[in-house]
Amino acid sequence: MATQLVKGNTAAVIGALYAGCDCYFGYPITPASEILQEASRYFPILGRKFVQAESEESAINMVYGAASAGHRVMTASSGPGISLKQEGVSYLAGAELPCVIVDIMRAGPGLGNIGPEQGDYTQVVKGGGHGNYKNIVLAPNSVQEMCDMVIQGFELAFKYRNPVVVLADGVLGQMVESLQFPEVAVMPEIDTEWAVSGTPETRNNLVSSIFLDFNQLENFNYELQEKYETIKEEEVEYEDHMTKDASIILVSYGISSRICRSAVDQARKEGIKVGLFRPKTLFPFPARELKEIAASRECTFVSVEMSNGQMLEDVRLAIECSRPTELVSRMGGNLITMDQVLEKIRKIAAEEE
Amino acid sequence: MEERIIASKGLYTEFSRKGGAAPTATHYCPGCGHGIIHKLMGEAMHDLGIQDRSVMISPVGCAVFAYYYFDCGNLQVAHGRAPAVGTGVSRAEDNAVVIAYQGDGDLASIGLNETIQAANRGEKMAVFFINNTVYGMTGGQMAPTTLIGERTVTCPQGRDPGYDGYPLHMCELIDNLSAPVFIERVSISDISHIRKARKAIRRALEIQRDGKGYAFVEILSTCPTNLGQNAEQSTRFVNEQMEKEFPLGNFRDLADQTEPICRADSVFKKKAIDDLFNLDTGSSPDAVLDPSFPEVQIKAAGFGGQGVLSMGLTIAHAGCVAQRFVSWYPSYGPEQRGGTSNCSVVISGESIGSPVVQESDVLVAMNRPSLEKFAADVKEGGYILYDSTIGECSIPEGVTGIAVPAIRIAGDAGSEKAANTAMLGIMLALGITGLSAQNFKAALSATFSGKPKLIPLNHVVLESAVSWANENL
Repeated sequence: MATQLVKGNTAAVIGALYAGCDCYFGYPITPASEILQEASRYFPILGRKFVQAESEESAINMVYGAASAGHRVMTASSGPGISLKQEGVSYLAGAELPCVIVDIMRAGPGLGNIGPEQGDYTQVVKGGGHGNYKNIVLAPNSVQEMCDMVIQGFELAFKYRNPVVVLADGVLGQMVESLQFPEVAVMPEIDTEWAVSGTPETRNNLVSSIFLDFNQLENFNYELQEKYETIKEEEVEYEDHMTKDASIILVSYGISSRICRSAVDQARKEGIKVGLFRPKTLFPFPARELKEIAASRECTFVSVEMSNGQMLEDVRLAIECSRPTELVSRMGGNLITMDQVLEKIRKIAAEEE
Repeated sequence: MEERIIASKGLYTEFSRKGGAAPTATHYCPGCGHGIIHKLMGEAMHDLGIQDRSVMISPVGCAVFAYYYFDCGNLQVAHGRAPAVGTGVSRAEDNAVVIAYQGDGDLASIGLNETIQAANRGEKMAVFFINNTVYGMTGGQMAPTTLIGERTVTCPQGRDPGYDGYPLHMCELIDNLSAPVFIERVSISDISHIRKARKAIRRALEIQRDGKGYAFVEILSTCPTNLGQNAEQSTRFVNEQMEKEFPLGNFRDLADQTEPICRADSVFKKKAIDDLFNLDTGSSPDAVLDPSFPEVQIKAAGFGGQGVLSMGLTIAHAGCVAQRFVSWYPSYGPEQRGGTSNCSVVISGESIGSPVVQESDVLVAMNRPSLEKFAADVKEGGYILYDSTIGECSIPEGVTGIAVPAIRIAGDAGSEKAANTAMLGIMLALGITGLSAQNFKAALSATFSGKPKLIPLNHVVLESAVSWANENL
């Protein structure tokens, strides 16, 4: 096993290399630019394909092209760039093409600033482009997971022929931590059933998202919804930390979840029964698991996020508003502090007594 | 008279994707130019033997259903994005023959950037640009190529350059670029023009067959429906009005002096990837869980160029060598490029919560603004190490402030630039990181592995700083 200190953004590229991704197309944007830079550094050495695209739209459409050809392809950006890519993401979902998109979230709206935020939750988890589609969304909270979830992302993307977004933030992209390198390198194969690769075997294939007939398009939409239901059944992932006996459940993902974990450990020392529930998949959202917790005991759910309650809505939906919910949030590039979380925990604990 | 149908080559004999009752009729209007162009392209693809290799990209516009007809691999893409999609296909599959088929709105308006940039990169693709001066599918709106005075539903009084600008000349625009191999403007208004168009289309596809790069063919075409013309009028419109604005002819043909572009195959072997990161020699041991180790949070700050970020990374490396959990997080973006920069380092015996240090055990300040900005966030009992050239400054109560002659120590040892390493020596001497001299030396060796000459110098600076600390603190 090999371990090195690696930046989060670099880890995403390392994941792509071991996942058999051989095409990278992107456009520079802080705080995601190192992904583009590292891809430009490593991809060509291995004969893999790299283009710095003229725009975010072009980058995502190059992704559409390489994905159509059946290749493993990745792009990355941050909020404003993800907004620009949404047209292409809708087409990818509509044409049922696999790809991995890494979003290193920064603060918005508009140009905002380059500080870390989690304000892309809604545009990424709920779709973002036009039409009734979903992305599979993975939420790393360490440099290790920046790598591992890119690899997992490619597996899911090809399993379901669906775009996968690895939703991270400025801190995860910029920070350096130990990374255990992958033990396996994927040797990808082109699926000639659907790909259009300019080969005799794929000559009769068509990649398209157009259905002129209303009923046909409706049926296709129903098929997509069935796919999403299967994903909800099969692919939910989460991590829980001391939730078993907890009457206060923090729900948090990404960098915020690490701050929550420290807060839980501190509050436990003070005798407060608090736990952390961390969704690792945001779509599919671990709704059933949260509902089970809500049904099992009296408790309060606290969504801890660097956004304006975007995930809080999903928590409330998951527990069908059966328990009280609270929000701890920061925005604008500010991080949530452990003290801020602790203060909320202590307040709720005091009210419980 | 008996009807005789001559089967088209390169196109499907029946258009099953179209459905409906007339499987051999196209969806195009009578008098539309698309059918002729499809036929010329299909024939060329067939005759050049490239159908197996061809990936045809249907645009948005009336030719959105081009995939009904072409007997090859087909993609349908978003409005204006065909050259970007084509780039993705071509880079992924070096042997593919990429063909983009685009109208004037698609290519010259919403997709102008993609068009110019793909041409400028010299992507291996043939772009067929169907210019009929009007948006067809959406119902006859003004196109970037609409002629001055020409009426459309969105310039009902005729195109007025004072409001709408002038017709865009795509061949001329692309002819300004270095990379394209072939550029020609043709017309399909009548038989003699169709013959010339046939030649240009074949030439563009020959270039693709041979993998030689970018070919652009603009085809002046008819849209009787949206321009309210009959067959005769539409022919006259192209010949007499369009040709005046868009002169026909070859702009460039460099095919004979151009070598094929060959791109390398992708390598997927694990060993090849491992070697990129020197995994054999450049790996650290994994961290070991040790809850008894007190977590240390360090903030390092200074001007850009004072090496505060690399100092932080060196500490993190040292922690890594000592099998501690470590994290490093820099200020990034504009801050990094000018003014002050800073980083957070956490060394722990357990997995780390936030990598962002809000309250530090140690602040290393290489300049006054950094000291003033972060001094208040140092925990009680913590340390502030600052360069002695900063001079008099106020240190919060309960915090130990140490003025370190870091720049002098480093200068005496050979380079003032190593002042950041001198600060590491102080930390080492004070024992505030729980890391050993060995750990720091190994980390310095790793930090300067790209510039091995600097390793001995930095080791000397580290030792000098330790001696200074032992004598003075």
